[in-house]
Amino acid sequence: MSTWLSQLFNFADYGQLFTLLINSVIAGAILGILGGLVASFVMQRDLAFAVHGISELSFAGGAAGLLFGIGVVPGALGGSLLAAAIIGIFGAQARRRNSVIGVIMPFGLGLGILFLSLYPGRTANKFGLLTGQIVAVDDPKLGALMVISLIVAIGLLAIWRPLTFASLDPDVAEARGVPARFLSLAFMILLGLTVAVSVQIVGSLLVLAILVTPAAAAMRLTHSPTRVALLSMGFAFVSLVGGILLALGSSIPISPYVTTISFLIYLIASGVGALRATSHTRFKVHPGHGEPHYEGDGHDSVTHEDHVDHLHDGHKHLQHGEHVHEH
Amino acid sequence: MRGATLALGGRVLWRDLDLDVRPGELIAVLGSNGSGKTSLLRTILGEFRLATGEATFLGQPVRRGSRHIGYVPQQGLSDVGVSLRGRDLVGLGLVGHRWGPGLPSRRRRRIIDDLLREVGASEYADVPVGLLSGGEQQRLRVAQALASNPWLLLCDEPLASLDLRRQAEVVDLIDQERRARGFAVLLVTHDVNPVLEIVDRVLYLGNERFRIGPPDEVLRSEVLSDLYEAPVEVVRAGGRILVAGTPEHPHHDKSHGQ
Repeated sequence: MSTWLSQLFNFADYGQLFTLLINSVIAGAILGILGGLVASFVMQRDLAFAVHGISELSFAGGAAGLLFGIGVVPGALGGSLLAAAIIGIFGAQARRRNSVIGVIMPFGLGLGILFLSLYPGRTANKFGLLTGQIVAVDDPKLGALMVISLIVAIGLLAIWRPLTFASLDPDVAEARGVPARFLSLAFMILLGLTVAVSVQIVGSLLVLAILVTPAAAAMRLTHSPTRVALLSMGFAFVSLVGGILLALGSSIPISPYVTTISFLIYLIASGVGALRATSHTRFKVHPGHGEPHYEGDGHDSVTHEDHVDHLHDGHKHLQHGEHVHEH
Repeated sequence: MRGATLALGGRVLWRDLDLDVRPGELIAVLGSNGSGKTSLLRTILGEFRLATGEATFLGQPVRRGSRHIGYVPQQGLSDVGVSLRGRDLVGLGLVGHRWGPGLPSRRRRRIIDDLLREVGASEYADVPVGLLSGGEQQRLRVAQALASNPWLLLCDEPLASLDLRRQAEVVDLIDQERRARGFAVLLVTHDVNPVLEIVDRVLYLGNERFRIGPPDEVLRSEVLSDLYEAPVEVVRAGGRILVAGTPEHPHHDKSHGQ
């Protein structure tokens, strides 16, 4: 038990380790902010499965880069962009998209395993691509991550409003002349770049913890698209930087720490969201109160039997137009 | 529209359509399934190209993304679920087409608040749209369409899946707004009765042809029988108009127009 614990959490020589691994912390901070932002659009566009598909091809690309000596970052980028382009071009409709992803994902994973098996180097490097590793971030790599992140951030800011419009309200966006097809492809490319960066840090298997969970948690707490994006960035940042700081002294890959924090944030957000729903307007409909009331519709709001019950709960109902408020 | 013919997937929906919509006028677009009602709206939105003839709006050929056309789509908002509030929906109608992230602006917020108040949706402006009733969603849709200050409002089945009381409220809202703001309305509906009080003219599409005029002149047995070249009966009972016997299009494919 104590050996497990010391494997899990070991803060001996922490200061020294921190200085040595400062690159990873910086990379984690950048990726957290970027990943959380991208995640809010992943949720808007219902692309969680696409994220998973792209990350497996990114893994294959990274493994190929390792084997053929091109480098992990260019390889992962190539795999990501290829997958994103395929999904973007052939998967315009949701159903079609899922089958395209389902087909390319196992193929990518298989290719990656093949390349890794052929690679003669150390095994610890190999599995870093799948599960993430902390020592992986050297200066050139950090530079590459920064440049890619900057490109994605600028791209996303540029298409922010029309992308939101086309994602959430496609019919009216189309009528207003928003270029849905261009936006869809552009976002897939930005997503591909983000996945390629994420794979370097958390590994391809667990990219979803950065590109889905934070936004899913944020959506339990707010309904404003802007606030979802901001909260999601905060959650991803905390998960990644927190996970890396915990993992610094241990011999374990960083992904379990990141995914656990990410999951805990989701649980807490869900709990808070559920608590609010019970005390808030509108989110919960009492039995017998599903139908709003109107003057002269046969219901008498004063003598309504359910009303008496709820007054005992310490709140009253107010009617506004078509619906029932609780206070 | 002049001599306008629309063909989709090799099938002609309507032929040689002449239609003038005057400012402030409300025209109901009627016809059986597959007669090209929705496709007419989408043609005006610049999404479909005419096979023959021309469609112009404010003197210019119709094009995609015209600022001065408002659109209330058939699709409900339940799919959107909880990731959008009423005020966000209206905001998209105001600036959703613009590039860039858009910084928070007090002026924009006031415009959105004014629009929400105008349609009577202020109370639920911060509620996720997926949780609203059909009538509330339609009010927000109208506010969203008004955000672009339209000269023409296109409504696709705005009354579908609403109960009678809610239908009357939405009809009143559309009527009030067009009188106050002076825009014209093309309103697609499968049932003319809820809008009978407020329509100026009806456009009846069917059998690749059309009839247009005041309801009393178009919604008659002999006129519709002539349109369809088949016996069609129009019955007036209790202030309502019922059309019986309109032939459905035999090879209609839902994906074409509806």
